[in-house]
Amino acid sequence: MMQTIFFVFAAVAVGAAINVLVQKHVMYSALSLILMLTAVSVLFILLRADFLAVIQVIIYAGAIMVLFVFVIMLLNLPQDEDGADRLWWLKFLGIPLGLFFLFLVIATLWNVESSVDTRAGISGSAGAIGHSLFTDFLLPFEATSLLILIALMGAVVFAKKDL
Amino acid sequence: MIEYLMDSEFLLLLLKIIVIFGGVMGALAYLTWLERKVIARVQMRPGPTRVGPFGLLQPIADGLKFLFKEDVIPTNANTFLYVAAPVVSLIPALLSFSVIPFGPSLQITDLGVGLLFIFAITSLGVYGIVLGGWSSNSKYPLMGAMRSSAQMISYELSLTLSVVGVLLIANTLSLAQIVVSQQRTLLGFIPRWNIFLQPVAFLVYVISAVAETNRLPFDFAESEQELVAGWHTEYSSLKFAMFMLAEYANMVTVSALATIMFLGGWAGPMFGPALLQTALPTVWFVLKVGVFIFFYVLMRATVPRLRYDQLMKFGWKFLLPLSLANIVLTSLIVAIAAS
Repeated sequence: MMQTIFFVFAAVAVGAAINVLVQKHVMYSALSLILMLTAVSVLFILLRADFLAVIQVIIYAGAIMVLFVFVIMLLNLPQDEDGADRLWWLKFLGIPLGLFFLFLVIATLWNVESSVDTRAGISGSAGAIGHSLFTDFLLPFEATSLLILIALMGAVVFAKKDL
Repeated sequence: MIEYLMDSEFLLLLLKIIVIFGGVMGALAYLTWLERKVIARVQMRPGPTRVGPFGLLQPIADGLKFLFKEDVIPTNANTFLYVAAPVVSLIPALLSFSVIPFGPSLQITDLGVGLLFIFAITSLGVYGIVLGGWSSNSKYPLMGAMRSSAQMISYELSLTLSVVGVLLIANTLSLAQIVVSQQRTLLGFIPRWNIFLQPVAFLVYVISAVAETNRLPFDFAESEQELVAGWHTEYSSLKFAMFMLAEYANMVTVSALATIMFLGGWAGPMFGPALLQTALPTVWFVLKVGVFIFFYVLMRATVPRLRYDQLMKFGWKFLLPLSLANIVLTSLIVAIAAS
């Protein structure tokens, strides 16, 4: 039962991820990305990390992608964006960078040791994550919040030309 | 597999799903009747009276009418997304009922992260509106969809943050346990409902919930005087009915959430024989939700629409700071009380 669910949603996630790249129309790419993120959140549930699953949907599928879709609607991009000519060299840069990223992912997965137990059970996962965020990972947590603050101020500077 | 299906626990779950789904769908249909009747009374009109006594069969007549109307798809619309949008809108709206506790045992499943689950699911509902507006390939729907997505992003923030104060006190994300945490009394006679402990959060929640469900005075997605009907201008027949159903379902969800978090959920005076005692919590719950919905309908009948820039200013410059201040104050008090 669990395995069937896993394979169905893993297939959906991979298929949607490929569809993001294949689609010519930006709106379809964005929608495929939403589908991918939601399918991955189901995989999180199968790992009993339901807090992560819900947060994934709230933040990525629910907040960030809404902004993406909003911007796409606002700009009303033409169906077949023909911007490939100017950026032809990106193809040659993309392949080594993609391979490097793949190497990074594999290397990380190879050396991973389960430091946070997100599988503390259906009721405990939110508490477990919160606890480790405010004890073991306090510095990275605060550093991230600073980073977000800087990004926020950057956005304000961009939006208001004369402060 | 067969043994699993015949398992009494599974059958009970199936029964709960049927009861809750059937009850909710019936309630949604009659909400349209209630809304028309109440608004009519406010405006000194009789409202629907022709179909059945007091117009009580009006929802059924409306449903049949939706079924038999011509289903129009605009020529230049993006057909796939145009058809998908009402579904995308309705499924999240109905899915959130799977974690709402209508009574101590009348809950399909009590998720440990139930509250966040509802926020996650409802945050997906905006795609229905956005896609519906965009795929119609028409000017008014696009305007409505854009306004709506901006509005929902803005008010989702204060809606979510207003709940944090309640969570700090209840110390759990499970909806059933939030209800249980409110069952003592203050000073011996006032029920320890979060509305008395978190009045600011309650205020912020109710206002943001109205904006989140796109109802008057925040119905900029629709605003019929400016945008014809907003994002569902081009929709007809059953697709339009699905959008309407989703809107009413969202209204019930935010009202039920307000009841659970601020009004003690199914709590209420218990009396009478054992059979009555098992039904009473659900009765109290439905009554409390009904009060909220009545309030929503009255708001629609009495309060005029704001201006769009007023709405944005109000959300970002008043509600958001207020809910943030509420969180800081509440966590300070909780920390002092704990130490």
